[in-house]
Amino acid sequence: MLIRDTNAGYGLVTRLMHWVMAIGVVGLFALGLWMVTLSYYSPWYVTAPDIHRGVGMLLLFLLVLRFVWRLANRKPDDSELSPLERKASAVVHWGFYPLLLALMLSGYLISTSDGRPIDVFGWFSVPALIKNPGLETPAGEVHEILSYVTIAVVVLHAAASFKHHFIDRSRILTRMWSGPPAD
Amino acid sequence: MKLVPLSIAATLLAGAFALSSAATADSYMIDTDRSHAAVTFRIKHLGFSWLNGRFDDFSGTFTFDEKNPENSMVNVEIDTESVNTNHAERDKHLRGKDFLDVSKYPTATFKSTGVKINGDKATITGNLTLHGVTKTIVIEAEAVGGGKDPWGGYRQGFTGTTKIALKDFGINFDLGPASQVVDLTLDIEGIRK
Repeated sequence: MLIRDTNAGYGLVTRLMHWVMAIGVVGLFALGLWMVTLSYYSPWYVTAPDIHRGVGMLLLFLLVLRFVWRLANRKPDDSELSPLERKASAVVHWGFYPLLLALMLSGYLISTSDGRPIDVFGWFSVPALIKNPGLETPAGEVHEILSYVTIAVVVLHAAASFKHHFIDRSRILTRMWSGPPAD
Repeated sequence: MKLVPLSIAATLLAGAFALSSAATADSYMIDTDRSHAAVTFRIKHLGFSWLNGRFDDFSGTFTFDEKNPENSMVNVEIDTESVNTNHAERDKHLRGKDFLDVSKYPTATFKSTGVKINGDKATITGNLTLHGVTKTIVIEAEAVGGGKDPWGGYRQGFTGTTKIALKDFGINFDLGPASQVVDLTLDIEGIRK
């Protein structure tokens, strides 16, 4: 059970973080879309945003961890890709970091513009870094736009992986699912 | 020299007084520069407590005729985006489509159409335009005080309250049966121009 990434494939840490964050990001998108339709008297009116904020903050923490991990690990071999595919995958994969960071920070600013911290499931609080009442509105607009951009990139990313897996019959998707080949 | 008939002189004098009483309807600028005015509101939360809020940014003028107060008027323009209930997420929600829809309706206005004095109180009737809907409302007002200030100005101050039903202005988000009406208070101090 490989922990670190090698030339042959992704280790356990990378794979775990990938799928946990994938479920988290897609899940929060769905939760975000749904929670803003709730009526004031829905029992989920308070709980759904609490979950959204809590998971969002955990994902932010994971994102930073994951970026550091990516920098500290070698990338598996991608010589099977055409130059265009290699460039495109670099843009999307590296691009996910600033995209997700901006998405999560804009969400953070919605809740903390009044100086209030974000409570994460009662385990700990993330304090506000700046107090700027009024900032929550443009932060909200950015957060909404970026959430759609993120999902679009996620769909693109997933579609590309299916293309490589089903059409090119490559190991690219398997590498992220079950790791390097067993040899 | 011919003497001016008494009746004509009387008419001229009455006209002069009428002109001067119209001229004593002084114009005031509401002192928002130093924030000696406030537009505040409160609405019940679930029927359990009063939720207080304000509009931080607004401007306005009024004319006040000390000798004939019913000859007064007031105009206020409120920047709806400046709504402030001391909670970022709630304020963001209030600015959105569920409530004030400030990107579509950035300004709320009140223009008085008439003032009726009863004793030391007044009833100000006027048009409130909020959320794109204009309705006649009545503000119960009283003068708080007025006079020279220590810095060369002359001021008058008033307080007024009114109740408005959110549904009357097209705001239909269901906050529950105890929260259909908002109490609005205008505290204004004006500096004579």
